[in-house]
Amino acid sequence: MPNHQIDPNKWIDLYSDYLFNYTISRVSDREKSQDLVQDTFLAGLKSMKNFKGEASERTWLISILKRKIIDHYRKINSKKGKAEVRINYKDSESEGDWLEERVADPFDKTAEDTLQNSELGDAIHNCLEKLPKKQAEVFKMKTILGYETEVICNELNITASNLWVIIHRARTALAVCLKENWF
Amino acid sequence: MSNMKVTMPCDEANHVCDKAQYKEATLWEKIKLNLHLIYCRACRKYTKNNATLTKTIQTSDVKCLDKKCKDTMKKGFEKALKETSN
Repeated sequence: MPNHQIDPNKWIDLYSDYLFNYTISRVSDREKSQDLVQDTFLAGLKSMKNFKGEASERTWLISILKRKIIDHYRKINSKKGKAEVRINYKDSESEGDWLEERVADPFDKTAEDTLQNSELGDAIHNCLEKLPKKQAEVFKMKTILGYETEVICNELNITASNLWVIIHRARTALAVCLKENWF
Repeated sequence: MSNMKVTMPCDEANHVCDKAQYKEATLWEKIKLNLHLIYCRACRKYTKNNATLTKTIQTSDVKCLDKKCKDTMKKGFEKALKETSN
């Protein structure tokens, strides 16, 4: 079994996007997700000595994050009205027979789609991690965050033609990677 | 007037195709790309894969953090890192 090393200095650069995507597909609140990822890193730092090197750093961090997400849902559920009473008026002459209540639950309909989407998101991040750091960074800014070419060029101090070369390489590599792992 | 030529080499075709994924190609560029695709099999394949990639990413609704968020995250984390190493 390979003995994995732990190095918290690189955590944010290496894993923050993956963890964030993992969280937001389950919590669907940008700010909350960001806090949860931050908490995960801090918790990981505190319990670093418990890291046995049996799993990779990322798997280990994800296991912490999972617990954080569960805690988050516990917390918001305990705040919600505990004495909620649901009334079923199907019998007594269908009192207030609301049409809305007969419609299929929209969340239920898309449950499977959401699941598949979050898995696809994980697959994309896995492929992005295999790219050279610069390529992944430029690709994320351009494609996922949707920044203008000019903004990226200014921030990273590269020329526009430089950017397009990087994008081209990233897209080619990603297409191959996703073809192997997803399609 | 090289811009007015109707044909384009493959590297340019790929570049236009990349730009088209971000809706940054001009109409004239797109026309030239499509003319190129009529006779160039390799670029047809690239264009097809490229479009699939764009669609995949759009449907996945994949998210990531921007630089500002990461920087604030790093600041908080480095502070904690120093405290633990002391």
